Amino acid sequence: MATILEVKNLRKFFHLYILNNKQIEALTDVEFSMEEGEIVGLTGKSGSGKSTLMKTIYRTYLANEGEINYLSSASGIVDLVTANEHTVLELRRKEITYCSQFLKVIPRVTAVDVVADPIVKKESDRILAREVATELIQKLGLPKELWDAFPSTFSGGEQQRINIAHAIISKPRFLLVDEPTASLDAKTKDIVIELILDLKKQGTSVLLITHDEYTLSNLADKIVHLQHGRIVEQTYA
Amino acid sequence: MSSSIKNDWVLKVENLTKIYGSYSDETIALTGPQRGTNICPITGSIVACANISFELYPGEVLGIVGESGSGKSTIVKQLFFDMEVTNGNAYLKPYKNGTVNILTESNQKKRYMRNHLMGMVYQNPRDGLNFSFTSGGNIAEKLLMADMFHVGKIRERASSLLSKTEVPVARMDDLPAYFSGGMQQRVQISKAIANNPPLLFLDEITSGLDVSVQAKVLDLIRGLQRELGIAMIVVSHDLSVIRMLTDRTLVLKDGRIVERGLTDQILQDPQHEYTQLLVSSLL
Repeated sequence: MATILEVKNLRKFFHLYILNNKQIEALTDVEFSMEEGEIVGLTGKSGSGKSTLMKTIYRTYLANEGEINYLSSASGIVDLVTANEHTVLELRRKEITYCSQFLKVIPRVTAVDVVADPIVKKESDRILAREVATELIQKLGLPKELWDAFPSTFSGGEQQRINIAHAIISKPRFLLVDEPTASLDAKTKDIVIELILDLKKQGTSVLLITHDEYTLSNLADKIVHLQHGRIVEQTYA
Repeated sequence: MSSSIKNDWVLKVENLTKIYGSYSDETIALTGPQRGTNICPITGSIVACANISFELYPGEVLGIVGESGSGKSTIVKQLFFDMEVTNGNAYLKPYKNGTVNILTESNQKKRYMRNHLMGMVYQNPRDGLNFSFTSGGNIAEKLLMADMFHVGKIRERASSLLSKTEVPVARMDDLPAYFSGGMQQRVQISKAIANNPPLLFLDEITSGLDVSVQAKVLDLIRGLQRELGIAMIVVSHDLSVIRMLTDRTLVLKDGRIVERGLTDQILQDPQHEYTQLLVSSLL
C-alpha cells in the first residue's frame, strides 16, 4: 500500500504584527505519515496544535518550514507546502476535503442544497444531487422539516450533521475532519462513525481530530499525539 | 496537473499602472504601502495603482480586497476600458489567442471586446443601465452590440436572462427606475452576462443593498458562475463577500498588491501586516 501523506520537518509559527510582532510557535518539527485507506487520529490537549496541523495540510495555513508530500491520484506526489494555488484548488475540488468544527454556509441556501453543493457541477445535476443529499441527511437523522430550512438557524448538533454530510458527499480521496462527533448524541455519533468507516472501505484516507475516546477507538488505525506543537507519541491501534 | 493549467489563463495582467498627474522615474518608488501614501512627494501625482500583475484562470473567481482608495476599482475599470492606463499589459485569451496587449488596441477593437468578450456590473446600477430604456431594452442594447439582430430572439433571450436572475418577466417592459435597488442590480447582472462573456467584472455589487437582498445577489452570482463557468473578478471591501464568492484573493494597499493567496489562507493566516489588521477588524 502506498503512502498517501508524508509530513516532514514541519514548522509553523504565527507572526502577529498587530500584537507588537509577537511570534507564536504552533508546530515544531512535525513528522508523520499515513498509508492509503488508513484512518489516523490526531489527539492532544486544546491548543496542542491539532487543528493548526490539519489546516496547514489543507493549506489554509502556510507552513514556514518542511514538506507535506501528498500522493495525488491525478498528478503523483505534490508538496502542499510549495504547490501553486491552482494545484491546491484543483486538489480541493477533486481529492481533498476539509470538514471544520464550525459550519460556514451561504445564507439562505437550504440544508439539502448546502449538502448537495459539492456534487453539483452544473445546474442539470441538481435534482439527482439533491436526492443523494437527502438520503445522506436522512441517514444522519436530520428531522424532515429541516431539509428545506436554512442551516444558519439550526442547533449545534444539526449544523454539525450538515457539515459532515457536506464533507463526505463527494467521497473524497483524502478527508480531513476536525471533531466530527463533538456535539452529537450517542446514536448520531455511531452513524457518523459508520459513515466514515464506509468511506474507508471505499478507499478514502482520513485524518481525524477528536477528543472523544469512543470515536477514536472505533475509527483510528493509528494515533498521533501532539503536545505543545510537537508529536510526542505515535501508536498503532 | 500544474503544467497543464499553467498556460491556460483567460486573462493575464502585467504591471498595470495608473498615475494621475505628471510623474517622474521615482514616483513609483516614493509611493506605496512602505511609504504609507499613494501621493508622490515630489510631483504631487497620485498613484492609483502600480505594478499590478496577476493571472485569471477559466471559471475562476478572483477577489480584490482593500480599503477605499486602495486602487481596487481602478484595476477593473482599466481592464474594462472605462479608464485609460498609464502603463502595463493585459492579454485576453479569447482575443487573438492572448497574443496582443489589449490595452493598446484601437477604440473600435476595445469596443468589440467589451461587447463580445466581457461584462461589467457596477456598484451603482445607473452606471451599467440606461435608465431611459426598459429593463428588456437594456438587455437588447447589449445583445445588439454583440451582433444579435433578430427581435424575437432578443426578446426570448432577455426574458430567459431576467427569469434566471429572478426579475419578474412581466416587468420586462418597465423602466429600471421603477424597480427596487436589488432588482435594478439583478437587471444589471442580466445585461452584463447577456453576451455570454468568458470574463465578468463585479465592482462592489452588493454594497448598496440591504443584507437580505445581498444574500440573494451573492447566491445568484455563485449559481451563474457554476452554470456558465464565467471567470470573474470580484472587487469588494467586504471580506464576507470575498469569502463567499472567491477562490483566490489579492489584497491591495496604496495601489499595490501587498498579499495574494487562497482566500481561506488570506482570511485565516494573513501574512502581511495590513491584511492582519484588515482581518482582525472583521466584525
